[in-house]
Amino acid sequence: MGELLKVERLQIAFRGDQGETISVEDVSFAIQPGETMAIVGESGCGKSVTSLAIMGLLGASGSIKRGYISFLDTNLTAASEQQLRKMRGSQVSMIFQEPMTSLNPVMPIGRQIEEALRLHLKSSRKEARQSAIDMLRKVGIPRPETIAKAYPHMLSGGMRQRVMIAIALICQPKLLIADEPTTALDVTIQAQIIELMQTLQAENGTAILLVTHDLGVVAAMADHVAVMYAGQIVEAADVYTLFRSPRHPYTQGLMNSIPRLDAISGGRAPAIPGQVPSLHEMPTGCRFHPRCPYAEASCRELQPELMETGDRHRVRCWLTETSEADQIAVHRDTRQKVAL
Amino acid sequence: MNATELALRQEALDSERETVSEVPATNYESYARQVRRKFMRHKLAVWGLATTVLLIAIGLLAPWLAPYHPNEITDDFSASPSAQYWLGTDQVGRDVLSRLLYGTRVSLLIGFTTVALYVLFGTFVGMIAGYYGKWIDMLLMRITDIFLSFPYMLVALVIVSVLGASLWTIIIVLALFKWPGIAMLVRGMVLSLKKADYVRAGVALGYRTPRILLRHILPGASGAIIVNATFGVASTILSEAGLSFLGMGVKSPQASLGNMLHDAQSLTVLTEQQWLWLPAGFIILLTVLAFNFVGDGLRDALDGR
Repeated sequence: MGELLKVERLQIAFRGDQGETISVEDVSFAIQPGETMAIVGESGCGKSVTSLAIMGLLGASGSIKRGYISFLDTNLTAASEQQLRKMRGSQVSMIFQEPMTSLNPVMPIGRQIEEALRLHLKSSRKEARQSAIDMLRKVGIPRPETIAKAYPHMLSGGMRQRVMIAIALICQPKLLIADEPTTALDVTIQAQIIELMQTLQAENGTAILLVTHDLGVVAAMADHVAVMYAGQIVEAADVYTLFRSPRHPYTQGLMNSIPRLDAISGGRAPAIPGQVPSLHEMPTGCRFHPRCPYAEASCRELQPELMETGDRHRVRCWLTETSEADQIAVHRDTRQKVAL
Repeated sequence: MNATELALRQEALDSERETVSEVPATNYESYARQVRRKFMRHKLAVWGLATTVLLIAIGLLAPWLAPYHPNEITDDFSASPSAQYWLGTDQVGRDVLSRLLYGTRVSLLIGFTTVALYVLFGTFVGMIAGYYGKWIDMLLMRITDIFLSFPYMLVALVIVSVLGASLWTIIIVLALFKWPGIAMLVRGMVLSLKKADYVRAGVALGYRTPRILLRHILPGASGAIIVNATFGVASTILSEAGLSFLGMGVKSPQASLGNMLHDAQSLTVLTEQQWLWLPAGFIILLTVLAFNFVGDGLRDALDGR
């Protein structure tokens, strides 16, 4: 079996007051069944927009300009609203960042879990109630029969995120999109939620698309990582390679800026100088060049492609692997081709 | 991850479980209870509710409570209150008490039916406009603006005089001019609720629009709608009284609180036969106050959590 989800050369634009803004440019990645793929990046780099595009939830002002998204060999960019609706919640589901506000405040949580089940799997009320209670137990909610009758405001943030996970996984989707699933939670609870997601993933074989800016979460969960910068994927690799030998200067900068326990005390955590460019004023050439310590003249003019440098390791940089002579030759070739 | 770390996590998990199990069981049926508790704190609202219930009971039981038939004409016209006619008789010799009881019945009937009609319609319009936005919103809101810009009493008078006064004409005319308020209220609520994370989560779960509107958005707006409807009953009863007072409301011989006041247009009645209009005026005052107090209480009780 091939890829569960394949995103190919995706370009997403939003209409706004200042005309059209391209917020995601040339994003390609694939997720295998049962795999966890993480998209990492700063706020506004397009990672959430990409995940919303997969759900078909870009809203009225956003649209996919180019590229395609295929899920289980169906082209989602060409799917009707009805097809997408049937897919949402049953095949692909989503958990949001804010467990405090993502549950309906006036409906008992048990009913909210049942609702998805009754809609997608056409379960009877009784079956749905039983499954909801079983699911609550699975996500580690004590006394599920009682808690099912509780309203969201009676539960803590961690409990609510567990409930969100229960709702998202009740129909056993093939893909779970988790948009900053742990950002709003306490650190101790974060660990539990990650562990819970991993357990359920192992049980059901669900693939997870994790959208986050937290490299710690990435390290704990992901099999494969794509780093996004200013609407593009700048580096993608399996998690070990990415953390051990990041190749893109931006990824290296990110890794260096993680506070370390063994750092010299009193020192400042190294930061990447400069700021993320605004979507309206994208620099020419490589989008990272104004902040890149290794930028050369050509970086200002030519936009690098995302180049395969190893097994599923892709980097969008002209300077990749300068130490290896043959690789440089290959890159020069590509460069010249692009230049022509 | 080593064994100690695992044990630590398990411990953290257990401690969280414990915190949850400390939540008292009584909390679980809370919303209705909480509303009741908050409402009960409001002394005037409780008084208003008691009065409302009493008035509704009077309205329902009027045929059994009234000593005479309200339209029955006797030879004793303009009789002052006595043991036989507790509140006297009017100029054509009908028992004022019986008419008052029946009048309350009619006024409440108009109040409730009108409100039910326009709340349903206004909520529908408001939800559609707020949720779909764009040109639908534009169109529906301009129509509401048009309705709001009429001097409604005048238009109501014209419509009633063209269609002829009857219970249903009045209900429809009143509803016709009162739905815009609730439509705008509901539209505003929907506009903010549709951006709520849980509504977006519903969309992400593949729910259809009607389900999202009715099960996820409407309950959030229901508090405001109920409060508005309660005030609406009071204002509708007042409007009916106004129309009837001007002779364009409920048609004689059928009694309503408003057309009993109609008699007070004559100076002799106003100055010398107070029993003809004082009781009706008092009941109107009582009804409007009671409903408004209930509305106030509900607003406090339903507001937030």
